[in-house]
Amino acid sequence: MLTAITHNFIWVFDQDEALDFYVGKLGFEVHTDAQMEVMRWLTVNVPGEPDRELSLLVPQPPAVDADSVDEVRDFVARGLAATFIVSTDDCRGDYERLVAQGVEFTEEPTERFYGIDCGLRDPFGNHIRMTEPAPQPIEPPSPSSAAS
Amino acid sequence: MDRCYADALDIEWLARSVNLSRAHFIRSFRETFGETPHRYLQRRRLERAMALLRETDRQVTEICLDVGFTSLGSFSRTFREVLGESPREYRERTQAAPRAAIRAGVPGCIAMAWDRPSSTFGEDKRRTRL
Repeated sequence: MLTAITHNFIWVFDQDEALDFYVGKLGFEVHTDAQMEVMRWLTVNVPGEPDRELSLLVPQPPAVDADSVDEVRDFVARGLAATFIVSTDDCRGDYERLVAQGVEFTEEPTERFYGIDCGLRDPFGNHIRMTEPAPQPIEPPSPSSAAS
Repeated sequence: MDRCYADALDIEWLARSVNLSRAHFIRSFRETFGETPHRYLQRRRLERAMALLRETDRQVTEICLDVGFTSLGSFSRTFREVLGESPREYRERTQAAPRAAIRAGVPGCIAMAWDRPSSTFGEDKRRTRL
């Protein structure tokens, strides 16, 4: 039986810049910052969620073979790499704060039946969604009520 | 040889198994694979021993017998001749980095796959991917 997702990975091109963005701006905490022989292993977590680490990984050997580095970087820069969705308790407030810090948004906070939702990009091109969930349980509107 | 490296293979037997004289077998093998059958077998055995030294905590003597050497003396001598250090030194050196990484919070699978020596003899240079 599987018990948890412990690590997710996101490609970053510069780990200091990634720290500045994910910790300095978004508000993640540093979980592990370890210099291995071959690379710097850097993970962050949402405050209060230390069991779920997000690894900020540079696409270079040994994580990626040398021949594929350019391809991966290209994918990330074009916003095609896999990323994640975070939840917040104040989507509009976080939006204002992040815009003031120069964070690039792809969608402003928008009220939807499932909550207030917005989209942003990290400095490398990764798309991140940020949602303030509506009170549970969420009831998707039926076609008729949406029309009325 | 790749499958039975741990057995008591001898050159006479290998030559007979392919219907060649000992001298002809050695010559043909060398022409085809670039090294003598003895050297090839030794390399297979050492590579296996290196992996076991790196990845397990089993006794050096046990590993030596497991990979086909018949005495600890000849195993240690051959190992040092080829790799320039004793099996014990090799183990300590190669286990140090991943263990330090794991203590620092790196997941074991990542540390074991990535923090290991990159230029060891006859080893595949490709690394484990994520």
